[in-house]
Amino acid sequence: MDLSVTGYCLISEKKVIVNDQLRFYQENFLNFANFIKSLYKQEEINYPKFYKMDSLSKLGFLASELVFKVSDIKKYREDKIGVVMSNSSSSLDTDIVYQNSINDRSNYFPSPSVFVYTLPNIVIGEICIKSRIKGENAFLISETFDARLICNFVNEMMENNRVQACLCGWVEFLGEKYEGLVMLVEKNEFIDKNSNPIFNPTPFNEQNLNQLLHRN
Amino acid sequence: MEELIAKLKKEVIEQLNLEDISVDDIDPEAPLFGEGLGLDSIDALELIVLLEKNYGIKIEDPKDGKKIFFSIKTMAEYITEHKKA
Repeated sequence: MDLSVTGYCLISEKKVIVNDQLRFYQENFLNFANFIKSLYKQEEINYPKFYKMDSLSKLGFLASELVFKVSDIKKYREDKIGVVMSNSSSSLDTDIVYQNSINDRSNYFPSPSVFVYTLPNIVIGEICIKSRIKGENAFLISETFDARLICNFVNEMMENNRVQACLCGWVEFLGEKYEGLVMLVEKNEFIDKNSNPIFNPTPFNEQNLNQLLHRN
Repeated sequence: MEELIAKLKKEVIEQLNLEDISVDDIDPEAPLFGEGLGLDSIDALELIVLLEKNYGIKIEDPKDGKKIFFSIKTMAEYITEHKKA
């Protein structure tokens, strides 16, 4: 199946790259919370629920929003857009926060709003709610970024025509270490070659995905 | 009561991560859910935890929630009425 990455966002090491262009860089990096909030403000995304998300969801949500800013997903039916995300640490960062809130039986006040983020696929839910995406989705766990797994999974969804476009990638967050690569993958037959004069669609394959993640 | 209302506003903003909202933005008589602050069902659960954690008040009947959490003012009235000495 001929598929291409038609837009991508990479968030890592104090910076954000969208379609090969540096979009945001924080010289005086303090912590992830400050970094991601600054990016949210810069992009003028008016979505108060952002503040309630955990770090993993903030990472995946903002990377997706930036991909949508440079893509045209509105040409697809809502149920024909899929989402496939992956990472290594699942929701462990938030799991730890939640566990700490229930360790002490004499001070036992579990937070419902923390608890709802103790699953990694919640980040997919946040993306889909905001953008009204209703297609098939999956969250995959692998020790390191597994480009082959993502390629195989997305290819299979496309070949069976369950989706016509797919947002996919890697969103990893644990203990202030973060790395996010979100890509929009489309069938070549649906790509409008004149829509994006800056970024040339990249063939969707293992080698190119690994290159995108390690792009600096 | 006014002191409690001011304190509650701060606590609600903090507990619910309402970062773009200041104390002055909250009308104590405006509905918290729906139009008002646009809170959702998870926020409602957080408010129940807030009452228990900060004021030692446990809501026994969930049906009372709608009245208690209608506004900051109704929350303050409920706390005043039920807070343990």
